[in-house]
Amino acid sequence: MSGFSDNIMRLSGRMLSQYPAQRDWDGKLTRAPHPGIIPTCSIVTLSDNLPKQEIMKWNGWGYSDSKFLYNKKGQAEFTGKRYRLSGMIIPGLREWMESTFGANLQHKTPAAPILNSSAVQPPTLNEAFLKELKSTGIPFSHDAEDRVFRSHGHCLHEIFALREGKIGRVPDLVVWPNCHNDVVKIVELACKHNVCLMPYGGGTSVSSALECPPEETRSIVSLDTSQMNRILWIDEKNLTAHVEAGIVGQDLERLLNESGYCTGHEPDSMEFSSLGGWVATRASGMKKNIYGNIEDLVVHIKMVTPQGVIEKSCQGPRMSTGPDVHHFIMGSEGTLGVVTEVTMKIRPMPEYQKYGSVVFPNFEMGVACLREVARQRCAPASIRLMDNEQFKFGHALKPQVSSIFTSFLDGLKKFYITKFKGFDPNRLCVATLLFEGDREKVLQHEKQVYDIAAKFGGLAAGEDNGQRGYMLTFVIAYLRDLGMDYYVIGESFETSVPWDRVLDICRNVKARIVRECKDKGVQFPPLSTCRVTQTYDAGACVYFYFAFNYRGLSDPVHVYEQVEHAAREEILANGGSLSHHHGVGKLRKEWMRETISSVGMGMLKSVKDYVDPNNIFGNRNLL
Amino acid sequence: MASEAVYSHRDPMLKKRDDFEDILEERRNSSDLRYALKCYTPVLYKGLTPCKVSELKQMVLQSDQLGYVITQVSKEKGMTTDEVTGEAAAILEEMAQRLQLSTVRFFAFTLSKVFKTLFRSICVNEEGLQRLQQAIHNHPVVLLPSHRSYMDFLLMSYILYTYDLALPVIAAGMDFMGMKVVGEMLRMSGAFFIRRSFGGDKLYWAVFSEYVKIMLKNGYAPVEFFLEGTRSRTAKSLTPKLGLLNIVMDPFLKGEVFDISLVPVSISYERTLEEALYARELLGVPKPKESTSGLFKARKILSEDYGSIHVYFGQPVSVRSLAESRVNRSQFNLIPRHIPTRPSEEILSFVNDSAYRLVRAQEENMVLKPWVLLAFVLLQKQAAEDKQGTALDELTEQAVWLRDLSRHYGAFLHWPDHIPPSEVVSSSLSLHRGLVRISEGRVQLALEQVGGQQVPGETRSAITPEEELLNQAVVILSCVSYRNQALNIFIRPALLASAIHTAASNRKQEIYNGFSFLRNMFSNEFILCPGATVQDFEEACYLLVKTGALQINQQEVLITERGHRTLAFLTSVLDPFLQGYQVVCRFLCEEDCLTEKQFIPAVRKFIIKHLLTGRLRYIEVLSSDLQKNALAALIRLGAVQKIKGGEEQGTLKLNKVMLNSLEDTLGKK
Repeated sequence: MSGFSDNIMRLSGRMLSQYPAQRDWDGKLTRAPHPGIIPTCSIVTLSDNLPKQEIMKWNGWGYSDSKFLYNKKGQAEFTGKRYRLSGMIIPGLREWMESTFGANLQHKTPAAPILNSSAVQPPTLNEAFLKELKSTGIPFSHDAEDRVFRSHGHCLHEIFALREGKIGRVPDLVVWPNCHNDVVKIVELACKHNVCLMPYGGGTSVSSALECPPEETRSIVSLDTSQMNRILWIDEKNLTAHVEAGIVGQDLERLLNESGYCTGHEPDSMEFSSLGGWVATRASGMKKNIYGNIEDLVVHIKMVTPQGVIEKSCQGPRMSTGPDVHHFIMGSEGTLGVVTEVTMKIRPMPEYQKYGSVVFPNFEMGVACLREVARQRCAPASIRLMDNEQFKFGHALKPQVSSIFTSFLDGLKKFYITKFKGFDPNRLCVATLLFEGDREKVLQHEKQVYDIAAKFGGLAAGEDNGQRGYMLTFVIAYLRDLGMDYYVIGESFETSVPWDRVLDICRNVKARIVRECKDKGVQFPPLSTCRVTQTYDAGACVYFYFAFNYRGLSDPVHVYEQVEHAAREEILANGGSLSHHHGVGKLRKEWMRETISSVGMGMLKSVKDYVDPNNIFGNRNLL
Repeated sequence: MASEAVYSHRDPMLKKRDDFEDILEERRNSSDLRYALKCYTPVLYKGLTPCKVSELKQMVLQSDQLGYVITQVSKEKGMTTDEVTGEAAAILEEMAQRLQLSTVRFFAFTLSKVFKTLFRSICVNEEGLQRLQQAIHNHPVVLLPSHRSYMDFLLMSYILYTYDLALPVIAAGMDFMGMKVVGEMLRMSGAFFIRRSFGGDKLYWAVFSEYVKIMLKNGYAPVEFFLEGTRSRTAKSLTPKLGLLNIVMDPFLKGEVFDISLVPVSISYERTLEEALYARELLGVPKPKESTSGLFKARKILSEDYGSIHVYFGQPVSVRSLAESRVNRSQFNLIPRHIPTRPSEEILSFVNDSAYRLVRAQEENMVLKPWVLLAFVLLQKQAAEDKQGTALDELTEQAVWLRDLSRHYGAFLHWPDHIPPSEVVSSSLSLHRGLVRISEGRVQLALEQVGGQQVPGETRSAITPEEELLNQAVVILSCVSYRNQALNIFIRPALLASAIHTAASNRKQEIYNGFSFLRNMFSNEFILCPGATVQDFEEACYLLVKTGALQINQQEVLITERGHRTLAFLTSVLDPFLQGYQVVCRFLCEEDCLTEKQFIPAVRKFIIKHLLTGRLRYIEVLSSDLQKNALAALIRLGAVQKIKGGEEQGTLKLNKVMLNSLEDTLGKK
């Protein structure tokens, strides 16, 4: 616990439109779509002659230049220049890691530094397909690195294997279509030559969706949509934009921002995940309270399937024309075809943005407050409630304070909350808030939310705490890589659950994780924490983080998977959903039947059978 | 951890049990007053939000669950919700406990005095108490003691107080409320009172279940109740009642708590205070209504020696592990959890199986005294109409043989091995001198004395043969209540032995069929988990093979040379019950029209007639417990049908063909 900055209820915030995207005096970025990211990187494309994998890690999260490490003094530091935290020392992290996990800087488990191409199986190529593909002029490659890069998402077992240099089945070929018509040609050729196609967008899957089915004997072609990354038109009269599906989240926002618009769709993976991927998994964005989830944002979808192209004939805002065929596409997880173009709603960029945070004496009060906010339908753009463990984690990530004055203020704040207000530092929890809109309304809205919070014992705890909370979202994936350097493995998973069960599911799933770890022989107490990340009328989205020190275990990944499996069972037993936005992939397939009933399975299966009878889109996700 | 199996039948000899400490020893050596005033700071549940008794009531009245039922009831009865809430509050007022430390201290003081006079020692397993403390810290805890005496729950609280453990709230029957002062004192020591029957009363049920659940969930205090529902008058465990168990498991099943620990507790008395009282009750003298003055009359028992008590706190059983891969908890996902729903078949059978496992866990850790084994021998001799009695050395030999056999079967026998067996036997006999008569080195049950002793003021000559029989029966049933303590050890092998005895061949399949028939017949009489016939058969085979009494191969079951004695003994264990059920069948065959109410007096008369004419050997068949169980079994099997509702409410419809055939099968020798 190292304090809470900023005056309580200080009305600060920033008028976004008044500032161009640049750093202000203390290095904060003022016009970032997100607190964590500095949107300075250009779109990474082949046409720039810069293959994606050259600036991205091949066996970890994110950019190669950005990572946590312990410097010579044994202090944690975040490298690179891309994030607010970049280049900073994080004094509390080491102690937090040591005390939370029993990790030790002496016990390292470094990753294999470079990809050993000889470990990659030679490609199984379909010569006839390849010959015809060449004649189309669409770029392709069977280089080992290109193939390995597209053979995985970011599940723990996938990254763990890569770090150990273990490579399983990988795609045999990668193709880079440049437009819708290229995709049509590729799908036609694949059907003609019975080749298996696996669409690849941003590669941020955490559901084993990108894993090549080991039983697949045909040639597997990874269809990388990254070159289809243009905004084709913006319609200011209807506030829509027509966009190629390969565009990555942060590029889409940046390009729209240039015209004064945004989609407002900001999933935590938005730096890397693609529009097509969002559609295919039913993605959810942090600011869905204002802008909606992907299903609310999409107006029109074009998808190429083995049976041809599916799209609607008009762009009417709502239709009563039988079941919405978009809903066969959204969540189809690459099993039916490739989404090539999407018309999305856009909004004028918000004038004003303000972060905030509230401290509650305990998690129960926090959840009660969020429930009330949802009941009154006055949720800010984002509202998230972290439990006590995550609050402490957030504090461990606080960069070195530059002035004595700040640390003095922090101390004072801590004193006020724990001593004067009587909050127990081991029970209190924090909600982070993000308000967006025009200035007047934001301030009004802010007051309304803080008033509700006060009824549940909540104390406003400043903008900085809020902002740091959102930053955590972006760096946590990098932190996993640091953990893996020191025997710590972990993952996050999510669910959605009715309001009356939120507290029960949080308690039970966290306790189940702890118990399973103990039963499975994990030598150290695990980190088992959660946060409520989205509110809805009838329930909430809950996110769990779980990590443990695996020293002394012979097969840590297996133990990890057993615990995760048990945790998912616990979620389902407590009335939680199989997934809120990560999707099913192959990781959660086994529970699909009980989730949607046998008839439901049959419905989905019959769609698959009609659209893709030969299983060309053979990633075997979902069903 | 608590996830270990409640019991396993493999190798009962290897069962590890904790050692006992006598808590009275310290009481005899230090001040009771200081003990009653000692600093008491128990470990509490880690998730506890402390609250007062009055807040607890508010929580119940304001709960969604109760709110829902109140609205429902007010609509049905055309009352305002305020009126119904008032009713609910009154029910709660009548029910609620008012645990307060000062009363507990008062009891700690007085009970110390009483216990020291009555008992030689009160032995508890301290390791079990340590496990309990851990359990209380981690999860809400339910204490499930066996129920043989009124003493049970006072004793429980006394022990928990002694070990600085959280005092429980105890579900007690409303009959205690009749004792004004005592009732209130019990309330202040943690008892809450529930009506014995409230079948259709929705509101009562809602208040009651919510009250229990709230205390449990919040970790307010361990909840204690008796799985058997009432005191067992026969010392056999009773078929568990499921209502309260259902209630306490519900918060786990609905995800309101992570887990709940169920702690079976086995309380064994060397001599029960209620010994003769129970026997009379079973013979049809109705039990005296609990009244304060009645309790004080019990003072005369203070002058007697009741030996020792053993209290064994069993391994906590996690409801979570019981439910694992048995219950699909997502069945509660589609209806709001505060709306009361009838438990599904799946849940009912789960709760039922759990209840049986817990009762078996209680039985498992019951301490048996040598006298229990002597009771077997003496009763069998008596039934064999051996008028001379048994020579002391023969009795000792038989007891030692039985000691070894019961140990092989996993009995928790407290036989002092450092003392010569003959001394063990004679000291057991002297503690129970009211039941036996020793003359000229021969021992038999004290059947003749009883009349004079127990019914003063009546002259012997005035006694009719029937009265004499009943007087003898009091002694027999008292003695039976000791023998019964060990029945659970022998029951499975005894069923097998009887099946072998009646089977026409050695074929395993035929013997299994016979076993299965008997097991089914007697499943109201003994604790036999429903649906576990195969396991029970295997368990019986395992024990008999292990002790060298049987050889079993693929098809055949063969009795070994040395096995005959064991089998003869085991057959005789079941024999009184076989004959008892047979005579009940015969009685029913001869009846034409009978109501349920008339059944017990009529069958008793029938049995007395048979006993007096010498057609029936076992006086213990007079036990109304056996008769009720037999009727229940016959109803379950469909040989008797109970008519519900209408003019003929309670009439028993008899299936003569089936009764005849059952009688024949039971009588097959």
